[in-house]
Amino acid sequence: MRDRVVVIDYDAGNLRSVARALAHVGADPYVSADPADIAAAGALVLPGVGAAADTMRNLRERGLIEPIREYIAAGRPFLGVCMGLQALLERSEEGNQECLGVLPGEVRRFPAAPGLKVPHMGWNTVEWRFDHPVTEGIPSGSYFYFVHSYHPTTPDPALVLGETEYGVRFPSVLARGYLVATQCHPEKSGRDGLRFYANFVRWAREGAPMPVAAAAP
Amino acid sequence: MLTRRIIPCFDVDRGRVVKGVSFVQLRDAGDPVELARRYEEAGADELVFLDITASAEDRATTYDMVAATAEQVFIPFTVGGGIRTTADMKIMLELGAEKVSINTAAIQDPDLINSGADRFGSQCIVVAIDARRVEGVPGTWEVYSHGGRMPTGLDAVEWAVEAARRGAGELLVTSMDTDGHQQGYDVELLRAISDAVPVPVIASGGAGGPEHMAAALTDGRADAVLAASIFHFGTYSIRQVKEHLAARGIPVRPVPPPEDAP
Repeated sequence: MRDRVVVIDYDAGNLRSVARALAHVGADPYVSADPADIAAAGALVLPGVGAAADTMRNLRERGLIEPIREYIAAGRPFLGVCMGLQALLERSEEGNQECLGVLPGEVRRFPAAPGLKVPHMGWNTVEWRFDHPVTEGIPSGSYFYFVHSYHPTTPDPALVLGETEYGVRFPSVLARGYLVATQCHPEKSGRDGLRFYANFVRWAREGAPMPVAAAAP
Repeated sequence: MLTRRIIPCFDVDRGRVVKGVSFVQLRDAGDPVELARRYEEAGADELVFLDITASAEDRATTYDMVAATAEQVFIPFTVGGGIRTTADMKIMLELGAEKVSINTAAIQDPDLINSGADRFGSQCIVVAIDARRVEGVPGTWEVYSHGGRMPTGLDAVEWAVEAARRGAGELLVTSMDTDGHQQGYDVELLRAISDAVPVPVIASGGAGGPEHMAAALTDGRADAVLAASIFHFGTYSIRQVKEHLAARGIPVRPVPPPEDAP
């Protein structure tokens, strides 16, 4: 099962869209909330939309917080999307919610500014800050679809793979080791978004270390 | 930079695309899934399906269409029409719609906006507003429900503000005065609403060409423009519209080049 891409099932609104995009690029995604499936995954994907408090509550109620932390701590291939990125940081201003704390940083509301509509909704550019396997074939400055009212921040510039500007300049793609997380929605970003998923899947299969846990029976 | 969105709209009846002209005459314009795929390739930023299927028994055809579209289309799409409860919203979102649009149901029960936003997030709740100018009172528009057939007594700008306050993540504003005439959007209405709400506004009703879209996005301060006939009947391509807007200095996502040869 080490090739299996597991999409974490916790009632996230974009779960199916993420799974469909993975299927479209040939990944045969497996949707599960079972910690044993997470432990045995070849790659793990955390989708998510909506409010930070709901996200954390849903993860907690399903007993997924420790399995996700352990999986990431083991340095295995992981992709977080939208709220699946925000949940990785230490804290969100949205409801002053404590998050997983896997990555340093906070989630902040977009500043009130004349003419700046919130949510940030639509296609915006992402500029790559370094070369990475998941961005292969996707030029810096490509357009991705965003929809969010809060944006990530991080004190560690080494984590910032992609940057986007909307009132503020914020890190829209974070990466560390075999973890990558996007504020935008590659599953709704047309061809470049599908390429991003295809790159992630290939990278997870070819470049990642073997999972430490045995597959569940 | 965040770009302005170009959104082709499809009226769907029992799984087939039709286009209302001034809400009355209908012409068949094809298969929704094929059209959606074609528009994604052509550079559409988003799609809207308005389901006008009259009977509940035929609603399954809509579900099939939404599911089939979600399998093959990888840009956001919104489904509206016939959504009256959070259970209806859940079905559409789970089938793969990015957003749901509510109109009459929100007027009849404004709490539906709150409950939808609380449950699924504001980002997927679009409130559609059909508005008509009030005769003799300049700068005033009345909201109509039931596909534009019933006056509600609501002031369009006040209703827009309330809808946003209750949690709508976006407003789809259709002028019934300009809809179907291809003589341009009601820029004054768009501006009145855009200036009054903190959320994005989609302009609808009256697109006859790129210059109308430019006016809606600049003077009307809309964040996105929706059109049907001019795209469906090939009067303009998405590319032509975007090139026109870009030449006017309006930020748009460039139309992707044709798919690389394998």
